[in-house]
Amino acid sequence: MKRYTIDPITRLEGHGKIEIFVNDDGEVANAYLQIPELRGFERFCVGRPVEEMPRITTRLCGVCPEAHHMAAAKACDAVYHVDPPSAAKKLRELLYSFFYCADHTVHFYALGGPDFVVGPDAPASERNILGVIRKVGLDAGKKVIQLRAWCQEMIEKLGGKKIHQVTSLPGGVSVGLKPDEQPRAIEVANYCAEFAKFTLKVLEDVVLKNKAYVDLILGDVYNHKTYYMGLVDQNNKVNFYDGKVRVVDPDGNEHCKYSPNEYRNYIAEHVEPWTYLKFPYLKKVGWKGFVDGKDSGVYCATPQSRLNASDGMATPLAQAEYERMYETLTGDKSGKKPIHARLATHWARVIELTYAAENALRLAQDPEITSDKIRTIPTAKPDEGVGIVEAPRGTLTHHYCTDEKGILTKVNLIVGTTNNYAPMSMSIKKAAQGLIKKGAQVTDAILNMVEMAFRLYDPCFGCATHTLPGQMPLIVTIRDLDGNVLQQFRRD
Amino acid sequence: MAKPKVALYWAASCGGCEICVIDIEDKILDVAEAFDIVFWPCVMDFKVKDVEAIQDGDILVTLFNGAIRNSEQEHMARLLRRKSKVLVAFGSCAHEGCIPGLANVTNKSEIFKTVYQETSSTDNPNGVMPQTKTDMPEGVLELPEFYDSVHALDQVVDVDYYVPGCPPQSNQVWAVLDHLIQGKPLPEKGAVLGAGQKTCCDECPRIRKEKKIKSFRRPHEFIPNPDECLLDQGVVCMGPATRDGCGAKCVKVGVPCRGCYGLPPGSKDMGMKMISALSSVIDSEDPEEIDRILAQIVDPIGTFYRFNLAHSILFRVQDDLKSKAPAGK
Repeated sequence: MKRYTIDPITRLEGHGKIEIFVNDDGEVANAYLQIPELRGFERFCVGRPVEEMPRITTRLCGVCPEAHHMAAAKACDAVYHVDPPSAAKKLRELLYSFFYCADHTVHFYALGGPDFVVGPDAPASERNILGVIRKVGLDAGKKVIQLRAWCQEMIEKLGGKKIHQVTSLPGGVSVGLKPDEQPRAIEVANYCAEFAKFTLKVLEDVVLKNKAYVDLILGDVYNHKTYYMGLVDQNNKVNFYDGKVRVVDPDGNEHCKYSPNEYRNYIAEHVEPWTYLKFPYLKKVGWKGFVDGKDSGVYCATPQSRLNASDGMATPLAQAEYERMYETLTGDKSGKKPIHARLATHWARVIELTYAAENALRLAQDPEITSDKIRTIPTAKPDEGVGIVEAPRGTLTHHYCTDEKGILTKVNLIVGTTNNYAPMSMSIKKAAQGLIKKGAQVTDAILNMVEMAFRLYDPCFGCATHTLPGQMPLIVTIRDLDGNVLQQFRRD
Repeated sequence: MAKPKVALYWAASCGGCEICVIDIEDKILDVAEAFDIVFWPCVMDFKVKDVEAIQDGDILVTLFNGAIRNSEQEHMARLLRRKSKVLVAFGSCAHEGCIPGLANVTNKSEIFKTVYQETSSTDNPNGVMPQTKTDMPEGVLELPEFYDSVHALDQVVDVDYYVPGCPPQSNQVWAVLDHLIQGKPLPEKGAVLGAGQKTCCDECPRIRKEKKIKSFRRPHEFIPNPDECLLDQGVVCMGPATRDGCGAKCVKVGVPCRGCYGLPPGSKDMGMKMISALSSVIDSEDPEEIDRILAQIVDPIGTFYRFNLAHSILFRVQDDLKSKAPAGK
């Protein structure tokens, strides 16, 4: 048995480590994705006043604090049985839409994009954001930087701070949008909408017109048949801020559709001794280990999963692209679903960017967005509540129980990336099995192809560890059973 | 002449300190121009062994964010201390423990019990807990050891300077980096950089009238007057016990300060400082009534020590735990 340690950073820096075991026949026997960190929010939030949770749980993740801020605020609304005014909900959703625009953009251009725009087997030194800019032009690079800066400006306006927002509280938001601030919000949203169109064109020209890339997307190495999860509105259209969670099976049939407060009937979490992160699965199907198929409770919660679990997008351009993606990848005019090709997640992410931008524009133009009715003072006795939003990296669930004073007695959190822990582990194993063969040399390209299996999920272990946009360095060590290093490859 | 070496590292943190450095936007290019960045795991590809290969003291400055929560983080703190002339505790976690440090109200076994057994979606009939070593059919898998307590950086290694904030505001981050780029003389050891010398109240635009109050209110219970001091309106606002430098961003959008910029100059403990501030607004001389008014503050430890429990005189909630704390400096 040989052992390959693929460590995104290196062992001692932790935050995520891959161990691949290869047997004497040169076949991959198993692969493990370990998460070496835990912080224990579910325990130390007990005793805190529930209204502080939107300001405490942001510290689960500095990359996506907006998602925790929103899920916590909605759970607080539920705890106090309070319905925020319509304008308050729109302000939260507007903030959240700007956040999605920035977050999906950073992933497409800086993290996932390099594999496609520059190419999976391009030299590692080119496979990064600078390589993308060289390929699509300096103007594009400036557009990306401006989009992020403008969205951050709106997030600070509506959330109080660029990182770790503070404005949502039970029953609404503490600050609104003044009439003289609305034109700027519309200007930024318009820019996002134009930027989304530009990104769709980049995707079309660089990726979809290249048959080799489309073949790679549809190839078996990156294919898994699992259940898919996503939040949908009353028309079963994708929604990031509100609605019910819908899950479809590997054949595309609805497995369940649940309200936030019903999540425990459908979701459970499995514990393994070799990692600090738990593995969520579908309770009614059961935990059957790291396997595909309808009999395994493993599900996936990514941009692609959200599209698979929905009947479409709520805005026109995003809907048109949605239809085009399913037609193109299934070759079926009726838009047969789901798509199991994991690399299609990158396309789905651009469709979601389009929706977020169109939705931001719709909300920014809404006359009600400047209303000063943004708070409902809670009057009911607090007890228990669940808040669910779609984080960019998966369905995010916050569940709080309080005493009659609103002091937390129980906290449960199922965070975005965690949903995808089992599928990520399976994707890594499958890619390793498909790419590492007896006698064949492990090259930089092979390492990158294994890494692509992991990267398409846009894993953000900020909520458990950290993987930020950027070129992920890899080091592979082959040891014998005694731990002696036989060979080492590195990709710098 | 070779450019001075700089390193950035994260331990138990959320990633926000990395984002706030990236938020200096194009000025990051000036940083890359002025320094040889030898280690920045979230952005650049250098390994621990590259750091180990550097001569001791050869890194000019390391900006270290994140608290010390497990054995791996402690190891990295010691390694980077040895390699760096100047070690900066960057951001609230490294400075004072921050919100992860609130875990010092409990301990490892309680956290494990909650996370891996009691949480309502957890299905763990056999009581499986993460182990530092697990024998799998193919070989042994290892995890770092999770400590009972969270420590700020200077409770584990010697620290030269502190940059407060959760996260530090980007203009302040740039001010610190620009100081280094300009090669200006370094301040006295132990200085707090990228922040003011007063309290958050000094930056707050709200009008303080030192009103006397008979009761405290929680932020969701009423709509505060937009121009008056929140404390005067009965909301526990940590402004008087918090260092300035953030721009008073929270109070400007109608919510109270929670203290992320840490202890102000000349104070020994945030809770003490806050209790003294509260005593000035309570309208009573009667000890029983004062007790009754103070009892309306629902979570003193989580409010007064939201961002600095690990670094306060309390350090942790004491019980009979057998602490596996780092050995200390």
